[in-house]
Amino acid sequence: MLRIDCPWCGPRDMVEFTYVGDGTLRRPEIGAEDGHFDYVYLRDNPKGPHVEIWRHGVGCRRHVAVTRDTATHEMLATGKPGEGAS
Amino acid sequence: MTGQTNRLQEGGRIDRAQRLSFTFDGATMTGYAGDTLASALLANGVSLVARSFKYHRPRGIFSAGPEEPNALVRLRGGERVEPNTRATMIPLYDGLVAESQNRWPSLGLDLQAANQLIARFIPAGFYYKTFMGPWSNTKLWMRFEHAIRRAAGMGAGTHAPDPDDYDKMSAHCEVLVIGGGPAGLAAARAAAASGLRVVLVDEREEFGGRLLFDREEIDGAHASHWLAEQTAALEAAPNVRLLSRTTAFGYYDQNMVACVERVSDHLIEPPPHRPRQRLWTIRAKEVVLATGAIEQPLVFADNDRPGVMLAGAARAYVNHYGVLPGRKVVVATNNDDAYRSAIDLHDAGASIESIIDVRPGGAGALAAAAKERGINVLRGYAPVKVQGRRKVRRLAILKLDADGKPTGAQRAADCDLVLVSGGWQPTLHLSSQTGAKAMWDAEKGCFLPGPPRQRERSAGACAGGFMLAECLAQGHAAGLEAAEAAGAVRPELEAPRAAAVAEKPTRLYWECPEPINTPGKKFVDHQDDVTASDVRLAHREGYVSVEHLKRYTTLGMGTDQGKTSNIPGFAIMAKARGVEIGATGTTTFRPPYTPVALGALAGPEVGEHYMPLRRTPMDSWHVERGCEWIDAGLWRRPRYYPAHDGESLFDAYIRETKAVRGAVGLCDVTTLGKIDIQGPDAGEFLNRLYINGWKALPVGKARYGLMLREDGVVLDDGTTSRLGEHHYLMTTTTANAVRIMAWIDYHLQVVWPDLKVKATSVTEQWAAMAVAGPTARRLLEPVIDRDLSNEAFPFMAAGPCRLLGGEEGAAPIPGRLFRISFSGELAYELNVPADYGHEAWERLMAAGAPYDVVPYGMEALGNMRIEKGHVAGPELDGRTTADDLGLGRMMSSKKDFIGARLARREDLVRPDRKQFVGLVPVDGRTALKQGAQLVAKDAPATAGTLAAGGTPIRMEGHVTSTGFSPELGHPIALGLVGRGRERLGEELSMRYPLRDLTVPVRIVDPVFIDAEGKRVHG
Ligand SMILES: [Zn+2]
Repeated sequence: MLRIDCPWCGPRDMVEFTYVGDGTLRRPEIGAEDGHFDYVYLRDNPKGPHVEIWRHGVGCRRHVAVTRDTATHEMLATGKPGEGAS
Repeated sequence: MTGQTNRLQEGGRIDRAQRLSFTFDGATMTGYAGDTLASALLANGVSLVARSFKYHRPRGIFSAGPEEPNALVRLRGGERVEPNTRATMIPLYDGLVAESQNRWPSLGLDLQAANQLIARFIPAGFYYKTFMGPWSNTKLWMRFEHAIRRAAGMGAGTHAPDPDDYDKMSAHCEVLVIGGGPAGLAAARAAAASGLRVVLVDEREEFGGRLLFDREEIDGAHASHWLAEQTAALEAAPNVRLLSRTTAFGYYDQNMVACVERVSDHLIEPPPHRPRQRLWTIRAKEVVLATGAIEQPLVFADNDRPGVMLAGAARAYVNHYGVLPGRKVVVATNNDDAYRSAIDLHDAGASIESIIDVRPGGAGALAAAAKERGINVLRGYAPVKVQGRRKVRRLAILKLDADGKPTGAQRAADCDLVLVSGGWQPTLHLSSQTGAKAMWDAEKGCFLPGPPRQRERSAGACAGGFMLAECLAQGHAAGLEAAEAAGAVRPELEAPRAAAVAEKPTRLYWECPEPINTPGKKFVDHQDDVTASDVRLAHREGYVSVEHLKRYTTLGMGTDQGKTSNIPGFAIMAKARGVEIGATGTTTFRPPYTPVALGALAGPEVGEHYMPLRRTPMDSWHVERGCEWIDAGLWRRPRYYPAHDGESLFDAYIRETKAVRGAVGLCDVTTLGKIDIQGPDAGEFLNRLYINGWKALPVGKARYGLMLREDGVVLDDGTTSRLGEHHYLMTTTTANAVRIMAWIDYHLQVVWPDLKVKATSVTEQWAAMAVAGPTARRLLEPVIDRDLSNEAFPFMAAGPCRLLGGEEGAAPIPGRLFRISFSGELAYELNVPADYGHEAWERLMAAGAPYDVVPYGMEALGNMRIEKGHVAGPELDGRTTADDLGLGRMMSSKKDFIGARLARREDLVRPDRKQFVGLVPVDGRTALKQGAQLVAKDAPATAGTLAAGGTPIRMEGHVTSTGFSPELGHPIALGLVGRGRERLGEELSMRYPLRDLTVPVRIVDPVFIDAEGKRVHG
């Protein structure tokens, strides 16, 4: 079971979190006409370090940016969303 | 039975003062405390203990440990029965009851052994072959399967509930040592000296590993002294936790190891308040794997007969349990270690007929010890066939030439026990589970652990250090290293020592030659009845990968996961391919290492503890009123309130519907999600979440809102009220409350962190109740301290209030009142702080008494929303757009919102999409079925098979929700139908194949009652 070092709560077991999605995505600005399709559907499937968003639902209810190695499950870093965990 | 005929007069770690009684297949026998079921059966001279899985061949006890492939028994009885339990791992207790498996009518006379005679018709891959080629369309498979499944198969369990308790425990430590043999003990001793927290686990009843059965010396004294000393020291150390009877079965990410402790399995039943088993999840900074090694067999004809046993196991029975498993013994080996067994059995009184060593050069230093005892060693010979059906009688052997080919005449030796040894394979299960890839070592003839992927290291036999001296040295070093890696100062400590023994290398030789004139089956995997020829057949049919070999032949797929069969199997495959074993690799090791009871994994989280139950503040009122419940996520909600015993669901909800529409009803709606949203940008945020506009909503007003997902499909709906300049209260459906809260959190924290908005769930902070019906206002007026007239508090008004009433002098309850309606009647929703919920409910019931107020449940609530054509969960099915649901006009064109852009995609605005409609049975009587298909009125009864050229019947739509309108006097339904809104009045056919039901239906407007919406404004 993975451990995630929540920037607000400290290291906690994965069961307290929910995987939300790709942390590298940027939603098109409100009012933008383009980019929505890519935002919703297009995903890279990188082998190696990847920034993901996890939600600490059974803890602080905050979202955490987690850098995880998709090949080894190694947790490389955690941080606040948008502040760049990578 | 004639008693413990094979028990030695002395020796072993059993307690001869404690005689235990047990039964096997109904026969009563005795053993001693410290026995396993296997050692006690051997002591009593029982050699035939099981029938094999596929061919029902007689089988005996093959090993003395967790690797046992044959001696699987049905343990205990009644609700505690446990099939497929390894006799070698069952500690004997007084009153133990065990039965053999896979036999009919009895173990001795098994009529299904005839499977052996048709064996050539059940070759490797039989299961797959009948799916393909000329057989594929014949249903032959189904007939075969029926017969074979009945004959093959494992022991039967029970459907009775498990009477025992299971526990779960989490632990943390700096150093976890897995395996309590010499390497593990040395590692734990070294690590503990650092003062760090150390946990040592071992799957056996007691620590010691090989020290329990090998006659060796440590630090100049018999190893059992060192064992006793170390165990006592570790037990006394405050920083060490010892867990015996505990199997580490899974190695997971970030050094989390899952273990199962058999707390009470050595007892006839768990004592009161003690669990049967306990699941440990141990998170360690550093791990030392000292998991030992498993002896492999040799492969020759009829090598599965009772009386064929692993050489090391026989030594364990003699030295650990004081049992002599045979008197006339032949030992067949490809390595030195089996000589120890020959020597120990000789010293215990057995006659060693010969050691058959496949190596032309024979053994190292141990050869001299054998010679001293006058044991005959045949170098460069191989065993080729066991003679004797239910018991070994003779072993046929052949001389090998330099290439390992047979030469000369076949000879045979009389014996009652054949010991086999194909060398020892490190137990790599846990190390491999970390992702470390096992590496072949041709010199040692075994797979070794690969470079670590987690913070672990292997020591002793599991790292290829098979000799006791190596186990101690490597374990000691690993313990020191782990303590240092975990942050301690490296302890100053002498390593325990044992003498090194000069051994000759193992020969990479497992499959022995065919016997002359007398064929037999050469078993590779005893548990799955896979033979050497099955492996070769798979190769001839094109299989190359060991993963495919495993699935095709079932090699290694039994409950033992091939612990004694994988290496010989891979060796045969490698030889057939003409490559080294290293080139074939191993199959993937997956948890669990040995079978784990599902009860242990579930732990205490069963029954009412499986999930938390959410109750509304009015729950006890509903209980007193005797409601019937329905689950809504984790909540329980009243489904209906029977007026008298035996009132049917239908009668009750129709009665409740009529009461609301005729006068007034009260419904507990606490479970709807409530989210408090505040901040200067709250209006802007709602504008982005909902498809309709929010900025113009005045304070004191509620509005119905619809949300889309980013892909343009409807996500959820509900009303949101503006309570203040920067303060809104959102409601969601019960089912989506958590999801919408997460959705809001995500957008506020990740997507638009610049918005000045805070949101929090207040679902549990407020009790909510709906007062609905034409007399709702009259009910509320005397108890609500505000003007409820249409002018002062019109439809969709929202604001604070105080609830009067209650006992004489009772204080008013502060709350919030909303004039919103799900039922379509004049209705209000009152929210009060949760602690006041029960009291507020009672005040409303009291205030409603003059108007015959009734409580109504989910069925009536749902029925009334169907009458009003409101969408709910069955329509918000993750596929419908706002326009599909007839709510397309709500989509604002003046602003952007989540889903706006993708909702305009071609396929989501196609005119022939399924649209939300009402449905009625043409006959005005027949109830419709939720989920039923709608097809053309004149569609054929069946489509006919595709093979016969039939075409599927076109689906026009489906039924989403069904009810009965007492006002209209007939069944009603909602559904989704292609171009439905253009087709009002058209007839379709409803098909419900589960009940073979065909009902003509008519498409109608989804609003069945009060289409103009006069009542809500009343
Ligand atoms: Zn947290």
